[in-house]
Amino acid sequence: MKYDTPLDAVGNTPLVGLPRLSATVPGNEAGLVRLWAKLEDRNPTGSVKDRPALHMIEQAEAAGRLTPGCTILEPTSGNTGISLAMAAKLKGYRMVCVMPENTSEERRELLRMWGAEVISSPAAGGSNTAVRVAKELAAEHPDWVMLYQYGNPDNAGAHYAGTGPEILADLPSVTHFVAGLGTTGTLMGVGRFLREKVPGIQIVAAEPRYDDLIYGLRNLDEGFVPELYDAEVLTTRFSVGSADAVRRTRELLQLEGIFAGISTGCGVHAAIGVGRKAAKAGERADIVFVVADGGWKYLSTGIYTAETTEQAVEALQGQLWA
Amino acid sequence: MAIEVRIPTILRTYTDGAKAVEGSGATLDALFSDLDVRHPGLRERLVDGRELRRFVNVYLNDEDVRFLAGINTEVAAGDSVTILPAVAGGAR
Repeated sequence: MKYDTPLDAVGNTPLVGLPRLSATVPGNEAGLVRLWAKLEDRNPTGSVKDRPALHMIEQAEAAGRLTPGCTILEPTSGNTGISLAMAAKLKGYRMVCVMPENTSEERRELLRMWGAEVISSPAAGGSNTAVRVAKELAAEHPDWVMLYQYGNPDNAGAHYAGTGPEILADLPSVTHFVAGLGTTGTLMGVGRFLREKVPGIQIVAAEPRYDDLIYGLRNLDEGFVPELYDAEVLTTRFSVGSADAVRRTRELLQLEGIFAGISTGCGVHAAIGVGRKAAKAGERADIVFVVADGGWKYLSTGIYTAETTEQAVEALQGQLWA
Repeated sequence: MAIEVRIPTILRTYTDGAKAVEGSGATLDALFSDLDVRHPGLRERLVDGRELRRFVNVYLNDEDVRFLAGINTEVAAGDSVTILPAVAGGAR
């Protein structure tokens, strides 16, 4: 496949069947349940976030909000910042990212590599705190442009226009779509598109659940809901703990040879959860989940080569992995 | 076999610091009432009237019960229930 520029190569990612992983779904002896992976790590900077980042920038340019010489500001736990930094470098914008201090060193190095400035926010509260710090910075610097992935309709719009149609074209028999719940952009965009086209489609959110180190510092009344989120788009929602996410990430690698980031394991766990329900009910299911990024940025955690899942989980304690 | 209920740090003052407790009941509603007998005040932190409190999420085998039948969701021995504060994407 040929493209005129690197940015033109965003999207059109492969959808691959996973026969060996599908065979591990409890009750699936008849093979009615099939799992499929949408390989978003094949985008130019290696993550699904290239889609919303490029779309948000292009829409802001079209609307006149982004003009040559502008500074882009974004709260990000990594991938969106990396995608925006690459696009900003090619298009000539300055890029400032606000990122929780407990995200991996690889992410910081990648951001710096593409010329972004990184401002660390306190680990406590994770992405929520990064959002708060970025909003404070935006108020101090009214000339900076915050694309704000959590509330920008063009985030979901990228998936409505791209990811959703690609999945339907490749797999018209799709019954379930599973993706991680962060900004909610992937689920809202793909979910809305598939709901319009596929009767009975199930849209399944997989929410990462961190360990007590992070939750212990939170208050029940401080929940942050991204402005993009519309629960009506979802059929159901799974909360996946670190141990299950790590276990599934390792299974995906060992059974199918797919080297994915840890948030993908979160989606795999939810995909197997809905697959188990379909198998139990004797229903056919074609379940698509998103490989949001490859494992490269998480290699230093040691989770891929640890001898046991328990040791891998231990290695991940206290780190933000999605 | 009982139903295991995992308790978030912020609510462990009601469980003498226990990370998980066990209870029984045919629905979550009944399960929470059962827990409240041994952990007085816990139910009040989870339920407001006939509904889950806004910034409390409850998961049955990792699936959000708001998308099942809320506190009327049926539960059975061997199930695992997890209570969490809402995160990004929190309450509806």
